[in-house]
Amino acid sequence: MIHFLQPASWSEALAMKAAHPEAMPIAGGTDVMVEINLDLHRPAGIIDLTRVPELTEWGTDDGLLRIGAGVTYSRIINELGDRLPGLAMASRTVGSPQIRNRGTVGGNLGTASPAGDAHPPLLASDALVELASNSGTRRVPAREFFIAPKRSARRDDELIAAFLIEPAAGPQQFSKVGTRNAMVIAVCSFALAIDATRKRVATGIGSAGPTPIRATDAESFIEGVLDEGRLWERPAEVPTSAVTRFGELVAAAARPIDDVRGTAAYRRHALAVLARRCFTWAWVDYRRMGAA
Amino acid sequence: MKPRLAPAATVTGRVGENVPRPDGVLKVQGGFPYSSDLQVDRMLWGATVRSPHPYARILSIDTSEALAAPGVRAVLTHEDVPGKRVYGLEIPDQPVLAFDVVRYWGEAVALVAADHPELARRAAQKVHVQYQVLAPLTDPEQALLADAPRLHPDGNVTRHVKIRHGNQDARAEVVVTGEYEVGMQDQAPLGPESGLAVPDEEGGVDLFIATQWLHVDREQLAGVLGLPPDRVRLTMAGIGGAFGAREDLSMQAHACMLALRSGRPVKISYSRPESFVGHVHRHPGRLRYEHGANRDGKLVYVRARIVLDGGAYASSSTAVIANASCFAVGPYRCPNATIDGWVVYTNNPPCGAMRGFGSVQNCYAHEAQMDKLAEALGMDPVELRTRNALETGSQMITGQVIDGPVPVAELLRRIKERPLPAASDPGSLDLTTQPGGVSNTTHGESVRRGVGYAVGFKNVGYSEGFNDYSTARVKLSVVGGRPRVEVHTAAAEVGQGLVTVQAQIAGTELGVTDVVVLNADTRVGSSGSSSASRQTYITGGAVKAACDAVRRRVLALAELELGRKTGKTDGLRLERDSVVSADGREIVSLTTLLGDEVIEETHEFRPRQTTRLDPETGQANAHVQYAFAAHRAVVDVDTELGLVKVVELATAQDVGKAINPQAVEGQLEGGAAQGLGLAVMEEIQLKDGVIRNASFTDYLLPTILDMPPLRMDVLELGDPHSPYGLKGVGEPPTISSGPAIVAAIRAATGRPITRVPVRPHDIVET
Repeated sequence: MIHFLQPASWSEALAMKAAHPEAMPIAGGTDVMVEINLDLHRPAGIIDLTRVPELTEWGTDDGLLRIGAGVTYSRIINELGDRLPGLAMASRTVGSPQIRNRGTVGGNLGTASPAGDAHPPLLASDALVELASNSGTRRVPAREFFIAPKRSARRDDELIAAFLIEPAAGPQQFSKVGTRNAMVIAVCSFALAIDATRKRVATGIGSAGPTPIRATDAESFIEGVLDEGRLWERPAEVPTSAVTRFGELVAAAARPIDDVRGTAAYRRHALAVLARRCFTWAWVDYRRMGAA
Repeated sequence: MKPRLAPAATVTGRVGENVPRPDGVLKVQGGFPYSSDLQVDRMLWGATVRSPHPYARILSIDTSEALAAPGVRAVLTHEDVPGKRVYGLEIPDQPVLAFDVVRYWGEAVALVAADHPELARRAAQKVHVQYQVLAPLTDPEQALLADAPRLHPDGNVTRHVKIRHGNQDARAEVVVTGEYEVGMQDQAPLGPESGLAVPDEEGGVDLFIATQWLHVDREQLAGVLGLPPDRVRLTMAGIGGAFGAREDLSMQAHACMLALRSGRPVKISYSRPESFVGHVHRHPGRLRYEHGANRDGKLVYVRARIVLDGGAYASSSTAVIANASCFAVGPYRCPNATIDGWVVYTNNPPCGAMRGFGSVQNCYAHEAQMDKLAEALGMDPVELRTRNALETGSQMITGQVIDGPVPVAELLRRIKERPLPAASDPGSLDLTTQPGGVSNTTHGESVRRGVGYAVGFKNVGYSEGFNDYSTARVKLSVVGGRPRVEVHTAAAEVGQGLVTVQAQIAGTELGVTDVVVLNADTRVGSSGSSSASRQTYITGGAVKAACDAVRRRVLALAELELGRKTGKTDGLRLERDSVVSADGREIVSLTTLLGDEVIEETHEFRPRQTTRLDPETGQANAHVQYAFAAHRAVVDVDTELGLVKVVELATAQDVGKAINPQAVEGQLEGGAAQGLGLAVMEEIQLKDGVIRNASFTDYLLPTILDMPPLRMDVLELGDPHSPYGLKGVGEPPTISSGPAIVAAIRAATGRPITRVPVRPHDIVET
């Protein structure tokens, strides 16, 4: 028997989670229902969050966008695509239109799979995950949120309320390799965000390690190149050798394995290519912005 | 007690017209009753206990805890099989429920029937089976070794086909060799294995089932259930695809056993992961080839060694390897051939029929070899193929002389001359046109285009002396003041469009507007299976033969009536619901002529006889008819990431006569898509006999963004031996589409690519 709970408000949801910490929260159901149907996971209880209005809202919070955990990928693409281009690009690669109409970033975070498509852009934008329980609310940086495959910093009594993310302050890119041209789980993925204000380059690697990973060495390397060449101020082409090195450092940051979707060697190789291409595209956009 | 089935629809249309499927709208709207939707009162649900090991000895089975579980009505093991404990299409080697040993991962060991599917699944987990785990034999080459463990009493070789044609020591000026590997493809019908067994009061059973051959299911079931065949009645239920996956029994015997034991209707419907172990797959193959040719490009000899992995049980392996061997050199004239085809037992999942049936694996090899040979000769690959193309009157490597149209060169000419699609636009922001699609992996970087060609062929109908026939009953009567034809056969509509074909033939032959095709069941004689691209030919032939007999009787009646009145009875025909004169004038309406009379005829139709391959030389007139198709593929490959976008497929196929052109186009589209799947993504991945991707999450089928537009050239050249001159249509599209794509990937990348499906890391050197 599965215990089925259906809160009508956020406070009721938190109370139910406190009383039933073992209950699995469900929003779009695009992960949870698949697991149940495949008999891979049989939760003792389910908390249906689809009737909690607060979760489907988004707004601003002290300069950040605060996006409810129940906002679907389709809405992120349509309503926030201009402010969060990287996350919108990642959202477009999620499943099929039907899945994007149901699936949520909150659910992606809840599953905390290393292959979650939303995770690399959240890492690259230094997003915060807002966790709530009866005993209070805390905001965990995305880079501290993922702990192990399908394990996160969320405690059993907590629900994911929202994530907070800065609107893009420069060009963003996202690329994902899959063995089908649509509706595919990532073999590996890569997100890149250029912050023109702070003069920073940030990254996120997906599906090539036990958790989503930031390639910090690659970030500082390319920032060094840009700083040294004063390329932020006088945007010019970045030397090919530097872009290649950036790709190599991204690949080196990954910790991939061989599995049913691809080999570790291929994943490393592909990440280097994706990192090079994403940086090149983003930098072209940055130079164009500068010119404008 | 009968479940709701799809209603029999009235179909109007003639041979050669586009006639819509009567079930099309229902399916699109979600109202079509599939076999997984069947339901009756007091129905129980069956669940299957399966082996978690690819190879193990069964030490004990304890069902007591499952029997005591809530809602459980029956728990059965091999000890409860009432009749024969084994079954099989060609060799009865597969246990209904495993005894002594399990030979593959997922093999059925025990059954549970309960009030609710969830209760049945939970109780199934309470059947405790003790195993002594054995080391699985999973490499087909190892299975051939003398010291390999014997998985079956007669050893591991299910069949060795030898073809020795012409000079066995032939030598040639130009020689190319190659080794190729084909992965295990799944038919992946969207409807899972499912059906409903309803016991009668007298110990018999009615089975409502989605299958490819009602009568051979019944024959096997009668044996397993220990019942005379007339106590086992089968009715076709709504089917969600087949592609060969429903030729063998899956849950049929299990549902019947549970129903007979519990005295209640029992339904079994597999989940998707269970479906992956519940039916046979396409044989994976390893193929070693040597081609010898003259400097002018004429083939001198082909030597090939083909090893197919048959998995744990024989299924139709013996016929699949015959095809793989007979068509090993492709549709080419080859004076000398030495072919050794082996199919062996392993502890991998059983393999059997799938669209293309042995002609798919070898096409990858012979077409790669032809390209290699063309390169060695510095010759255009299409020119080389054309120079060697089979023609009417050519001899096969089996010695059979092919009669009728053999348009291999013509098909190649047509795909070659079709204009190529425009070059990809590197500035295009439409990511759906790029390899990787909206995943945004390239904006044109490292994208190279390639073009590849392939041609293939296979047999239509059963081969090697198998008794191929179909039965049709046709009834003409007046219903509601209008003449109506009822067609009744046991032929399975599996989505291919057989219902419209039968109606069109009857409508054409009897000149009647309203034709009702009754649902297939075993109240009428066998129609053979919906496989081997044979039903339009064989069951179509049977419907035509029965209509001929009905027409003779109607015209005799008309002559009797008219002769009395006018004495003029020459050249009477049936048209427009009437008897018409030679010049088309209406003489009498069928309604008037027939009155209360019912004219019914049942007829069998047989194609020409074939013979068995000689066991030493493989020489025989083994096949009824040959069907040919050619494909050209245009691909864009991201050579740095190894991602492929098939830009366009073009095909030319001789269908003899398109009975329903729109359905023919559907077959060409679907077949090409299934070929594309094997070429670039579809593979059951195994590790030590265990399937690692038994779900649609990781067993990838092509989506609409993967399948490009298909440019079609449908030829209707007319076979003098078949009804209306038609040729089987369903399988050829699946044979050469994949090899053309792989040839195009080779052309784009310059990499040899000897294994399918092609994975990104096969294209990229890492």
